[in-house]
Amino acid sequence: MINQLSWKIGGQQGEGVESTDRIFSTALNRLGYYLYGYRHFSSRIKGGHTNNKIRISTAPIRAISDDLDILVAFDQESIDLNAHELRSGGVIVADAKFKPAVPEGLNVQLFAVPITAIAEELGTSLYKNMVASGASWALLGLPLEVFNKAVEEEYGRKGAIVVEKNIEAVRRGSQFVLEQAGGPLSAFQLEPADGVQKLFMIGNDAMALGALTAGCRIMSAYPITPASEIMEYLIKQLPKFGGTVVQTEDEIAAATMAIGSNYAGVRAMTASAGPGLSLMMEAIGLAGMTETPLVIVDTQRGGPSTGLPTKQEQSDLNAMVYGTHGEIPKIVIAPSSIEDCFYDMIEAFNLAEKYQCPVIVMTDLQLSLGKQSCAVLDYDRIVIDRGRLVRDVPELETHGQFKRYEFTENGISPRVLPGEKGGLHHVTGVEHDEVGRPSESAINRQRMMDKRLGKLKSLEIRKAVVADAPYEEPDVLIIGMGSTGGTIDQARIKLEQEGWKTNHLTIRQIHPFPTAQVKRYTERAKQIIVLENNATGQLADQLKLNVDCRSKLTSMTKYDGTPFLPQEVYSKSKELVLNGNLQRVPQ
Amino acid sequence: MATFKEFRNNVKPNWCPGCGDFSVQAAIQRAAANVGLTPENLAVISGIGCSGRISGYVNAYGFHGIHGRALPIAQGVKLANRDLTVIASGGDGDGFAIGMGHTVHAIRRNINMTYIVMDNQIYGLTKGQTSPRSAVGFKTKSTPEGSIESTLAPLEIALASGATFVAQSFSSDLKQLTALIEQGIQHEGFSLINVFSPCVTFNKINTYDWFKENIVNLNTVEGYDPSNRIQAMTKLMETNGMITGLIYQDSSRKSYENQIVGFRSEPLAQQNLKISEEAFEGLLKEFK
Ligand SMILES: Cc1ncc(C[n+]2csc(CCOP(=O)(O)OP(=O)(O)O)c2C)c(N)n1
Ligand code: SF4
Ligand SMILES: [Mg+2]
Repeated sequence: MINQLSWKIGGQQGEGVESTDRIFSTALNRLGYYLYGYRHFSSRIKGGHTNNKIRISTAPIRAISDDLDILVAFDQESIDLNAHELRSGGVIVADAKFKPAVPEGLNVQLFAVPITAIAEELGTSLYKNMVASGASWALLGLPLEVFNKAVEEEYGRKGAIVVEKNIEAVRRGSQFVLEQAGGPLSAFQLEPADGVQKLFMIGNDAMALGALTAGCRIMSAYPITPASEIMEYLIKQLPKFGGTVVQTEDEIAAATMAIGSNYAGVRAMTASAGPGLSLMMEAIGLAGMTETPLVIVDTQRGGPSTGLPTKQEQSDLNAMVYGTHGEIPKIVIAPSSIEDCFYDMIEAFNLAEKYQCPVIVMTDLQLSLGKQSCAVLDYDRIVIDRGRLVRDVPELETHGQFKRYEFTENGISPRVLPGEKGGLHHVTGVEHDEVGRPSESAINRQRMMDKRLGKLKSLEIRKAVVADAPYEEPDVLIIGMGSTGGTIDQARIKLEQEGWKTNHLTIRQIHPFPTAQVKRYTERAKQIIVLENNATGQLADQLKLNVDCRSKLTSMTKYDGTPFLPQEVYSKSKELVLNGNLQRVPQ
Repeated sequence: MATFKEFRNNVKPNWCPGCGDFSVQAAIQRAAANVGLTPENLAVISGIGCSGRISGYVNAYGFHGIHGRALPIAQGVKLANRDLTVIASGGDGDGFAIGMGHTVHAIRRNINMTYIVMDNQIYGLTKGQTSPRSAVGFKTKSTPEGSIESTLAPLEIALASGATFVAQSFSSDLKQLTALIEQGIQHEGFSLINVFSPCVTFNKINTYDWFKENIVNLNTVEGYDPSNRIQAMTKLMETNGMITGLIYQDSSRKSYENQIVGFRSEPLAQQNLKISEEAFEGLLKEFK
């Protein structure tokens, strides 16, 4: 029996690849397996090759696999583009209709199933996906009832007949392939799962759920890949909690509307990707200058400009850290797991109110859209901290104004909400005094700048870094952020098995940079590799700038639109450790 | 109840003596008192420009934002606390150039708030460049040979965008302006009030006298019916927009907030943020 397996389905966009994947993985989730999904899609709705890959495991996993065990193909293109990933002895389940051919030189087993023919016999080619997935499910020898339950849920709202037909399609597909194969394939029998209930979701779902439970009641946003699911989830849920999503005319409105709502006392957010983030820059400065809480999610995708809108990248880091003119306090945090996506949103809203400044939560396409198993989320960890929000303040004297920007020891001033009688004050993006009135006084200017920028001196987030560091003096320390953690984990273990003392550090607090925490791990490492999905090594630059480690640091970058694979990280790291060179690893 | 004096603060405006914006300030203060507001329940959100300074000159909650973005900020405020009376305000450049996109969409959205534009047909704060409201041929620093772009007709655009309240006034007519702001505040939905507010320093063409000569008060137009959208559009086109008074009002359409399904009828800002464990468990179900 095996403890993990990779399954992929490929076809034309709009052909049912998505729904097949959804049902297949829901059923696996019910059985208790750990899953990690990867979607390959392009910027069009119908047509064009698309594929979804799921890694199935009996233990937690956070990365895609290097290879593939089973490929379900609706067309020859899906075979041609993906068969090379199959490991020796792998399986292709393909529609007999297009007379599938296995590329030369591959040692794989082909099952040509009359997918379209069976579907058409049942009434329409729409049942194709169920014939195909039924066939591949049967080869794994997994219980059909669980699969049928997932089918029922997917199609239940379309009526009993549709459900019945789909279940029949599953049955016919599985029957056909089992006859051909002579029963489930013994090499593909998964060990039973641990039976622990898990959630199965994408990072965007987890973030939207986190925002909702953090008390976010208004989201203003403009649709963009790969952020839109956050908005879509909240459109569904917010009405149940009295709130709403406003689809604004652009991202400038999205960010400034969220500022208005936060100013008036509601936790409000926006979410976008690179192009939208660029449009929000002036608003981010306004939030910083007026000390208004603001939460922005940036789901990074391939840049610059429209770039690779449906592909993986981590190249907005500099824009998030340095973006907006002038100097403001700003926090940038980077969830590195699906669970983080949830808890970090709660923390982001707390930080925004506690430090009264913009907070950017950075993810990347793979973390935002990759569907994966998530530990059951803990209600008791939902803590809401609104910082120095004051209510029922004493009445003001005539012409008196509330000191909204009072100079305090830690720079954080009391905040009142409009509607409060004793709280009248002015807010402006112009430099201002303690009651918010414009001021050009040089002394005031300097004090206000120091007050605002000083606020983050006391900043502490839940986990600024996460270390998997078994060694005091490692041969190599691999540093990453966002979705790359799982891949580095796997590479680390492989290097360790070969005798290299390897540590792994994930940086979660990107800005302000957690120098002290990072130093603890970089100081004793012989070599450091900083791994990131961009061309110029933006995270590496942060390390060079903030931690004294330039001489032993190597930047490992990838910017072809695809995530790092475990094998690739392993072999490049090894090459580096072996050669002991400090050159940039060539791509 | 408060008197208009309670909406005054002790800040001296930095406007040039004679600037039209003084009257807009006074009219907001009077209208607020007349409709029975108190300072803490009024939020004045403004853009950037000479006119944008107005949020600092009214004793209320004031938010002076960024150029062109008064409207989205103001809409965010209103959605967060629907008990507040929200007035957005700014210049013609603010609302009809850099912020034009927001203007049209705020009109379409129809959130219950009032937008007052101080229209001086020029950029005052940046010392006299052409504005979308400048006449063709108008010579400014940025159009030394005279403007060659056509003049924007914001109220016609407003009507075409589905506005439910469109009015225009003139700084010299404090009485009419105050009354229109009161009506705007009381209107359920988005009210747009464009105010001819002369810039005495940089606009030597569109002066107080020029407006007095060229504008027609709709009060004097017999049979004018502000509930007739076609008539409103025709009148604006006929007069090149040189009319004052209530041009159009549609009282039948509900405001945005009153149409959102599930939207809380009490201010969201006063809601308890933490959800129940039961509700949370319910949310997790979808992902099992
Ligand atoms: C993004 C941005 N661009 C340009 C400016 C410079 N600016 C400030 S006010 C203004 C125009 C002012 O004209 P208007 O909105 O008509 O207001 P007025 O001063 O006439 O009342 C400009 C261009 C700015 N503050 N921000
Ligand atoms: S420059 Fe014009 S608009 Fe600005 S304050 Fe002076 S008169 Fe008013
Ligand atoms: Mg102007």
